[in-house]
Amino acid sequence: MSRSIDIKLRVNGEDVGATVPARLNLVDFLREELCLTGSHVGCEHGVCGACTLTVDGDTVRGCLMLATQANGKEVTTIEGLADSGQSTALQAAFTKRNALQCGFCTPGMLASALGYVNAGGAADRDAIRQHISGNYCRCTGYQSIVDAICDVIKETRT
Amino acid sequence: MTGPAHIFDKPNRYIGQPEPRADAARLLQGRGRFVDDEKLPRMVHAAFVRSPHAHAKILSVDTEDALSATGVIAIYTGADLAEHVTPYIGTLTHLTGLRSAPQHPLAMDVARWQGEPVVMVVATSRALAEDACELVDVDYDELPAAVNSETALDADTPVIHPEFGSNLAWERDVIAGDIDAAFAAPGVHVIEREFRFGRHTGVTLESRGTLCEYDPSEDQLTVYYSGQAPHMMQVIFSKHLGLPEENVRVISNDVGGSFGIKIHTYGDEIATAAAAKLLRRPVKFIADRFESFVTDIHARDHIVKAKMGITEAGTIVGIDFDDLTGIGPFSMYPRTSAIECNQVLNLTGAPYVMENYRAKGRVVFQNKTLMCQYRAVGHPIAMAIADGLLEDAARKIGMDPVALRELNLMADDSYPRTSATGMKLDDLSHKRALRKLTEIMDYQGLRADQTEARKDGIYRGIGFVSMVEVTNPSPMFYGIGGAPIASQDGATVRLDAGGALHVSSSITEQGQGTNAILAQIAAGVFGIALNRVKVTTGDTATTPYGGGTWASRGAGIGGEAMLLAAQALKDQVLDVAGVMLQTGVEKLDIRDGAVTDLDGKERLPLADLARTVYYRGNELPNDLNPELIATRHYRVTDFPFVFTNGAMAAHVEVDTETGFVKVLHFWAVEDCGRVINPLLVDEQIRGGVVQGIGGALYEECHYSPDGQFLNATMADYMVPMASEMPDITIAHIETPTKTSVLGAKGAGEAGTGGAPAAILNAVNDALSPMGASIWQMPMTPERILTMLDNAAE
Ligand code: FES
Ligand code: FES
Repeated sequence: MSRSIDIKLRVNGEDVGATVPARLNLVDFLREELCLTGSHVGCEHGVCGACTLTVDGDTVRGCLMLATQANGKEVTTIEGLADSGQSTALQAAFTKRNALQCGFCTPGMLASALGYVNAGGAADRDAIRQHISGNYCRCTGYQSIVDAICDVIKETRT
Repeated sequence: MTGPAHIFDKPNRYIGQPEPRADAARLLQGRGRFVDDEKLPRMVHAAFVRSPHAHAKILSVDTEDALSATGVIAIYTGADLAEHVTPYIGTLTHLTGLRSAPQHPLAMDVARWQGEPVVMVVATSRALAEDACELVDVDYDELPAAVNSETALDADTPVIHPEFGSNLAWERDVIAGDIDAAFAAPGVHVIEREFRFGRHTGVTLESRGTLCEYDPSEDQLTVYYSGQAPHMMQVIFSKHLGLPEENVRVISNDVGGSFGIKIHTYGDEIATAAAAKLLRRPVKFIADRFESFVTDIHARDHIVKAKMGITEAGTIVGIDFDDLTGIGPFSMYPRTSAIECNQVLNLTGAPYVMENYRAKGRVVFQNKTLMCQYRAVGHPIAMAIADGLLEDAARKIGMDPVALRELNLMADDSYPRTSATGMKLDDLSHKRALRKLTEIMDYQGLRADQTEARKDGIYRGIGFVSMVEVTNPSPMFYGIGGAPIASQDGATVRLDAGGALHVSSSITEQGQGTNAILAQIAAGVFGIALNRVKVTTGDTATTPYGGGTWASRGAGIGGEAMLLAAQALKDQVLDVAGVMLQTGVEKLDIRDGAVTDLDGKERLPLADLARTVYYRGNELPNDLNPELIATRHYRVTDFPFVFTNGAMAAHVEVDTETGFVKVLHFWAVEDCGRVINPLLVDEQIRGGVVQGIGGALYEECHYSPDGQFLNATMADYMVPMASEMPDITIAHIETPTKTSVLGAKGAGEAGTGGAPAAILNAVNDALSPMGASIWQMPMTPERILTMLDNAAE
């Protein structure tokens, strides 16, 4: 058994306080304790990107961060991105391009794509492919995802 | 045509349109409902102690310390669960001679692969269940393992099931014509190669998982199932847990990829259901990634010695091969593990006119994870044998590989006909597909580029495949052999009081867009706006009975049932409308949610009609009893399968210093009959191509000689990433199948079936100036360098 630690953080704009086992990772905390099941777990060892979310504006892997490390931080999950409208343009482009099939990689893919777009990334297919290479998708051929991200960049920068 | 406008050619013509999927929005907002997202009151969690050995006798199991650990509710051994679960055997009667031993959810006296579940721990959280697993003490006596398929049948290899006397699970010979005479004829060149296809696996991004709930008051088991065939699983849970079939409900909400992985009987999932029944409360099991690698079915693992005979003028005279495939210690239940080999025997060379054929298949047991039907079952092997040899032959006789295909492909106007192995073929378009392919890829331009690049020491290659794909299987696939697997599917469509349609179907959704195409077909055929169709799939309690989505059958079989049901409901609604409007039905149509005249003039909104029927039946004649609901079922008759065809090409660059292969571009021309939604089908084909490229270049389950899986993490097992994948150009030829009105054939597996052969041919084309070639997949840099070194020596 591991010991428990008190944490306070903001998740999707709401204050959250909890007592969590020290070993609990952030994505399990969000999914199990807060029922924010939009973040997914594909590998739990930092490779697949399904757990990608935003902490203090940075794109991070929720399986590689402990819940206690999020103490005092601002966490945004796919639910938060959707409700706040931050991902509206990407959602529309992903839908139009059919950039998802089973949708399991999608929340993480969207978070990574948003990180790229917000950082001023170019509508350059190779650069986008490089950027999303930490997010595995087993269903699409990635092409529609690249197309969707390009669309959003072109739309918002014209 | 008299009466209403044709279904493919009317105002609500959704069939054939690139309509975005309605359910994308939900998944994009994090509102998906995957198995691990479900939580039920009193739910507890399972974890498993798994065999660390490939082959070991289980001497004793000590659970005492684990039982007293925090949060532990129950612990079960193989013997404990065997009292409650009957064993299962993965054989089918139509695969004559196939044998396999009884399987239990947890290993009994012997563990036969590394990862086989041995002890189940149920606790209040997954973490606590895992903690307690550490405290379970299993005493093993390690046995020598049969790991290598090539030595599986040797006299000094341990026999995994002693009662069989050998590790042979199944064998079959297929013979047509006289191959020896054909090869011995004057002027015939015989090309011979040994192909090796590594083991790989599906790596669904959502791992396998189940949540099982048992209600003793009604003797009811409800299973949340991440998979493709709810009705099949209903039978399996019922049969082996001793529950009436009607008391088992299987629900598939969102499924995070399946590709043939989640359509089998896994011991850990059966154990979870048994525990739920014994504990009378919900039990959840979600495989972690290591568990997925060591227990999800693997695929391929074939060694093929193959020959092709060809005349100097380029006529293929026949193919002769011997396929050896290793399937792990059991044949998987209930689909069996002999189907892949059987497909290789049936499909090799099927695009080509050929009189002589001889194939031998042997399926052997080994102490590795079970092998079974993963996406494009057998196809990558069959296509690589025939088209790999074909392009090798083209080099041998100095002929262009496209020209050689032109010479040998079955003519588009020659159907119906049979292949050399007796497969019934119809409605195929190999030659048109190949011509379209060479056009869209600018074949001549690429050849010119290749010649130029070689001058600079850059080695690019172009490789092709002409392929067939088995789709829309009839009862001849599984049902005939005694498997509880429906070959027919059903669809129900109901008009509600507000004038909207509710559709339910037995085919299932794992991201293909099943729900979307059902809505498109229903809306288009019936005559209503797409956004007024609600779709339900994936629930044995609420959908018609049927097979589900696998073997590229959803659109072709489930889609046809949907079409027939929508047409039946339309006929029924027009009968009512005819009475209400005092107009002959032949003068009426349904468009945009209203009954109209044939010219489209609105006569009666559907909501008005439905409200009259449901609320004010007194306004209708007493002998008119409309139901406003229709169900139709459909199965393929006359053909065992509906074959599709395609032509694909890869353009690669091989770095001869590092052995690294870069896929520059990929093209696929696919004839899947009528395309219901090009937006969905194109990216599904691309995804299939990417899995095919994965199998050709990266993906392999590595085992040590004693049967230890060496790369069971996502960091060590390489799946294709965005940066290394090419753009993929898709084009279609539409030759609708005559077996249905809809005319749709399957498309979901084509890319995975064809891409490996095209990549193999492209790499060998690139290597040809060095006199090197490679016949092993995945074609890793190391293997390519070895081939280059061998050629240089
Ligand atoms: S679950 Fe975090 S990277 Fe895979
Ligand atoms: S859509 Fe299924 S993993 Fe990406």
